[in-house]
Amino acid sequence: MGFKNYCFKKSLWVFHFGGASCNNCDIEILDCLTPRHDLERFGILLVGSIRHADVLLVNGSINMHDKERLIEVYNQAPKPILVIAIGACGCTGGFFTESYTFAGPVDKIIPVDAYVPGCPPKPEAIIAGIVKLLNK
Amino acid sequence: MAVNLFYFLVFPGLLFAGVVGAFLSWFDRKISARVQFRKGPPLLQPFYDFFKLLLVKETILPKHGSPLVFLIAPIFAVFGATMAGVFILLPLFNITTGFRGDLLVIFYLLTIPSFSYIIGALASGNPLAAVGGSREMKLIISYELTFLLVIAGVIMKCGQKFDLDSIIQTQQAGSPFIGSISGVLLFIAGIFCIQAKLALVPFDMPEAEAEITEGIFIEYSGAAYAMIKLTKYIMFFILPAFLIALLMNGFKLEGIGILWAVLKVLAVVLALTLIKNTNPRIKIKQAISFFLIWMNLLVVIALVLIAFGY
Repeated sequence: MGFKNYCFKKSLWVFHFGGASCNNCDIEILDCLTPRHDLERFGILLVGSIRHADVLLVNGSINMHDKERLIEVYNQAPKPILVIAIGACGCTGGFFTESYTFAGPVDKIIPVDAYVPGCPPKPEAIIAGIVKLLNK
Repeated sequence: MAVNLFYFLVFPGLLFAGVVGAFLSWFDRKISARVQFRKGPPLLQPFYDFFKLLLVKETILPKHGSPLVFLIAPIFAVFGATMAGVFILLPLFNITTGFRGDLLVIFYLLTIPSFSYIIGALASGNPLAAVGGSREMKLIISYELTFLLVIAGVIMKCGQKFDLDSIIQTQQAGSPFIGSISGVLLFIAGIFCIQAKLALVPFDMPEAEAEITEGIFIEYSGAAYAMIKLTKYIMFFILPAFLIALLMNGFKLEGIGILWAVLKVLAVVLALTLIKNTNPRIKIKQAISFFLIWMNLLVVIALVLIAFGY
């Protein structure tokens, strides 16, 4: 079990699900992969297909349209998969909470393993969140 | 029988080629990272990726497709790559098996991984995988003739000998084929063929991440995707090794020769990586005209030069 877990922690492939986001969180997530922060040092890669993913990053407020798609993407992912909610909208709904299209924060729809609050969170905060999740 | 199984499973075959190929793929990722001013992944990263996919992740079968063909295709791919690896690496490591005429066998075995990818992609029932599969098919059609002509040029250069053993011995007795004008032209065409065979960046339309989200591999997960990764690692070692055997003198495994052998493999992989990092992805139409017109022209010029003895 130790060896399997070690390999899993050393090679996390990330799939990015953007809800109805204002794009700030998307930019900060992409910032993590740029030369300054370089997440590939830890074996973290951005993949194009959910079938290859180990981590599902969800950001933005989830509205009625996004809800079905988020559930479908989550069901298509090979288990075990970690879900990280990024930003104020992903964690709680932010100021969209009272909107009539709002379908609940991410953790009401799919199980969430880690929350990275902030509007938007800094790349350092995202890296810190992933490290805390891995050391759990 | 036991010796053949050893060849296939351990020494020049599955285990050895897989491990060396994994390290080469780390080298490729590290050089890419350095080109982009990043730090790059740790040395054992390819092994973490492989064992994570093999041991931890769930394998999902397609609902609207053929699960059996979908699962068999990666195994065929590993088999084809390993067989080709055995036939390429046995002469390179100076092990004589008494098998003659292996160049054509190697040529056919090297296409098996690509064909398996296409079959697996079409069996998954995903439209994006079908797009990737058709692109891969067109890519095979375009580079295969050039690759065959490169091999034909090498056969002409060493005096109508069809086996890798005598090609390597002819070069080691005389001078390496890359030392002549025609050899350089053949090397350039060969590098681009390898680039297309490995689906590295100027020719990565079958698995374009941005447009068709990994294309032919879109539905693969878990252990099946681990088999595809293993095939990619093996191909990443045996194709540069094949080019070294054809044009760059092979390996001389004594004293300083071992260092030279390692440096030659690293140099070819470095060339592939630098081409990958300095070019954008081209369209499939451009790839076809690139190979069918320009690369074929280059190789035909090389063949004419060989006929006149340059």
